Amino acid sequence: MPIIEIKDLDFAYNGEAVLQNVNLTVQQKDFMAIIGPNGGGKTTLLKLVLGLLTPVKGTVRVDGKPPREASPSIGYVPQDVHTNRSFPITAIDVVMMGKLDPKKRLSRQSAANRRDALDALERMEMADHAGRKIGMLSGGQRQRVFIARALVARPKLLLLDEPTASIDTRGQADFYRLLRELNKDITVVVVSHDLFAVSHHIKSVTCVNKKLHYHAQNEITGELLEHMYSCTVEEVCPVELVVRSKP
Amino acid sequence: MIEALQFDFMRNALTAGLLASVICGIMGTLVVVNRIVFLSGGIAHAAYGGIGLAFYFNWPYLPGTIGFSLFAAMVMAAISHTVKHRADTIIGVIWALGMAFGILLMDLTPGYNVDLMSYLFGSILTVPRLDLFFMAVIGVMMLILVVYYYQDLLAMSYDEEFAQIRGVPVKKLYFGLIGMLAVTIVLVIQVVGLILVIALLTIPPFIVEKYVNSLVQMMVASSILGAAFTVTGLWFSYRYNLTSGASIIMVSGIVFLISLVVDRICVVARK
Repeated sequence: MPIIEIKDLDFAYNGEAVLQNVNLTVQQKDFMAIIGPNGGGKTTLLKLVLGLLTPVKGTVRVDGKPPREASPSIGYVPQDVHTNRSFPITAIDVVMMGKLDPKKRLSRQSAANRRDALDALERMEMADHAGRKIGMLSGGQRQRVFIARALVARPKLLLLDEPTASIDTRGQADFYRLLRELNKDITVVVVSHDLFAVSHHIKSVTCVNKKLHYHAQNEITGELLEHMYSCTVEEVCPVELVVRSKP
Repeated sequence: MIEALQFDFMRNALTAGLLASVICGIMGTLVVVNRIVFLSGGIAHAAYGGIGLAFYFNWPYLPGTIGFSLFAAMVMAAISHTVKHRADTIIGVIWALGMAFGILLMDLTPGYNVDLMSYLFGSILTVPRLDLFFMAVIGVMMLILVVYYYQDLLAMSYDEEFAQIRGVPVKKLYFGLIGMLAVTIVLVIQVVGLILVIALLTIPPFIVEKYVNSLVQMMVASSILGAAFTVTGLWFSYRYNLTSGASIIMVSGIVFLISLVVDRICVVARK
């Protein structure tokens, strides 16, 4: 069963079409990059998969279920810029948020949850920073905390929105190595405007600019990269749909 | 200060001030981290329309004012939730309209009416016993709700989208928060005045935010700081015969400025 299955999806915002006739299948253990120009619908696509938005037409299935039902199996890492850095919260409390379950309101702060959160930080090599305030960490460290928060619920799918925006170039390479490590067990989907940063690590690429263009790993050549890069600059992404399976 | 406490009105003023500090410390923390200070100002001012309505139609004061404020608050919450980029403008409009509506209704009501000054600065020295009791009850109810929904409120305040994905009913919780805010603001305004409510909602949480590691700590520290401001301000007002509400606010404001200077020095010293 594919982890994400989108069929004939249309989405419009205030009457303006953002995504049209989108079909996408993401297989288990894929490492996919979603790229495209600003305003091309990348983040919208992500939010549809997360169930934060509802499609105008068509269906989204995650792990065979509607996104809202599948949400326990989705780990989400939002854009760093969207969080409030002066917020009074420690790294471990951010990770504990991943354990949130409104149905078990009173038993939530259990010691087991705290242990799981600490384990997730340990995996991200961030256990030493568990008690530090989130705003005191560097951009790269903060991203690791957000990934730990996404992983603590043991998801099958990890979705990241522009995860390297606040990390320097060297840190980015480490960061993608880390994602590749995680990819041994779970499916990873990264939204990025910069294909060059992700190209060494990914298995497939989807280009989103109102419509969708999918490329499997064997197609990721220098020529393709150039082609893709020009699509982000000149907004001339190919519009016909090409879906090929992995070699 | 000790000898001042032999007066009944001083004891009442102190109790009212301390209750207001705790209520505003808890609600103010949520107001500051959710960045709804302006919305709170809108609720507090629009509430005057409710006071006008209550006087004009001769309704009982509290239900009339709370009803109207809740209505205005829900309208503002709905707008700030759906059209975020226009929220400040529309809150400004409701802010002004609510206040003007209240003043016109007061004009049209025959007989003697409360004046605007007592609404703005309150009358902490003449707080009736019954109002203290109401404040305490509302304070306890608010505390129970905040404790029960603490994790949800924390998640919503820190990262609304993530909270939604984890199944927190973000929309209901947001409206609930605004509703609770409206009720507490109206009750506390009646006792200490609108200006002091806004000061106590914003100044203590802002000062302590940098030094605490969690929302709970922020709530506790804001309440303590607010209480310290209240006691100090009341002492100045008693000793030098000054307006009590304004004295409390001046003390808060001075500490606020000192904390800004200290932060600045810390930043420079670290470099």
